Amino acid sequence: MFSPHDDPGPSFAELLRRMGLEPPAPASSLDGVLAITHATTVVAVRYADGVVMAGDRRATSGNLISHRAMEKVFAADRHSGVAIAGAAGPAMDMVKLFQLQLEHYEKVEASALSLDGKANQLSTMVRSNLPAAMQGLAVVPLFAGYDLAAGTGRLFQYDVTGGRYEESNFASTGSGSLHASTVVKLGFREGLSREETLDLAINALFTAADDDSATGGPDLVRGIYPTIATITASGFERVAEPEIAERFGALLSVLSAREGLTPPRRPETSDDSGEPS
Amino acid sequence: MSMPFYVAPEQVMKDRADYARKGIARGRSLVAAVYDQGIVICAENPSSTLRKISEIYDRIAFAGVGKYNEFDQLRIAGVRAADLKGYAYSRQDVDARSLANQYASILGQIFTHEMKPMEVEILVAEVGPARADDRLFHILYDGTVMDEESFTVLGGEAEAINTRLTDAWEEGFDLAGAMGAAVSALAGPDRTLAATELEAAVLERTDARRAFRRLELDERAALLG
Repeated sequence: MFSPHDDPGPSFAELLRRMGLEPPAPASSLDGVLAITHATTVVAVRYADGVVMAGDRRATSGNLISHRAMEKVFAADRHSGVAIAGAAGPAMDMVKLFQLQLEHYEKVEASALSLDGKANQLSTMVRSNLPAAMQGLAVVPLFAGYDLAAGTGRLFQYDVTGGRYEESNFASTGSGSLHASTVVKLGFREGLSREETLDLAINALFTAADDDSATGGPDLVRGIYPTIATITASGFERVAEPEIAERFGALLSVLSAREGLTPPRRPETSDDSGEPS
Repeated sequence: MSMPFYVAPEQVMKDRADYARKGIARGRSLVAAVYDQGIVICAENPSSTLRKISEIYDRIAFAGVGKYNEFDQLRIAGVRAADLKGYAYSRQDVDARSLANQYASILGQIFTHEMKPMEVEILVAEVGPARADDRLFHILYDGTVMDEESFTVLGGEAEAINTRLTDAWEEGFDLAGAMGAAVSALAGPDRTLAATELEAAVLERTDARRAFRRLELDERAALLG
């Protein structure tokens, strides 16, 4: 037990520091020395009932695919979720610590943190990862939740320094985020339904996977699809895999039907004769 | 130079125990009982904000009677110990028995070494996957641990309440049955306790990770019929 003047209060991270259990930051840069597993693209989109969070399943080490079925979207607590991109090891640890931090606070204080309080907590964690980020272990999460007080979904983006930016409609992070957020930007409008938002997120991840080698598309051979979750007034809920597979199937058939109508592809290289080979 | 009077160690321990018991007897009592689908904990507590019963971990609950600030300190120490253990090892490695032992050693240490013993009795309850895995640990102010089978009573009038509950007890009670028996044992023959004067929570034997759930006023009223 702690005496009142050095009591860590409801913070689990502070408790870990007091107990000397905090992992040390690496002393020198790991980039190019060791292959670090990286997780890639995640998106969050606000819709009529709350927020949809989605993430692809690929993790890469350099130019190798190290995992095909990695989860990047997690429940932070009952009414919020966190999605990660960046160095997979520290990112997983950050998610675990964040989940514990929220639960620990809730148990010690006998009431849950406000959504802003949770977003600020995550900001502190990202900032405390800055020394590791400087050595090549950057973690950039997305945080989204249903604000019970305001009755709406809210989402937050971060940068490696712990900067916290509340976005009003959608957010994306990771290597394919440029492509994914463009798709979401074009398809977003106020008051999207759950189904429309799922399709938008699926389209965004498919496009990101199409143009970014570190983002995984749907794996039809193994039956691996992106993870998607909804966060509404009734809480965090994962979308069942068959529904995601079905929606992906619909997108693929639209795209391949369109492909069938265009003239045959030109060879993208040519030989000296100038004739198509 | 003045010489302190010699006091026999037996007398010191007895005085401390009397002091602690007196403090505990000033507060109201609490009952924990195993029902067919979990464990119900029920306390006489007119306050709806200062809690006697709370969650420690996924399947573990804590309850305390006596001096509020002292058992609340123990509650927070328990949450910290459990969360640290779950973080360092795994969630399934956190169990009530080791937590009860930690509490016992803290209370025992304070009882023998500090100026004043803690005026508390605490309960560590754990719901398991089957009835046989349910645990009720009752820990006294001096660190004595008791492992109870079906129910346990904490507080000043524990003996009288225990006798009443033993008479009314049936193994395999459902929630309403266990709660009804616990509340009438707490109340005694001369009065009845309304749902507003109670605090209650359950540890439910479900697949959900967190088994602890508070019974809010309307649910307490419905259960007491």
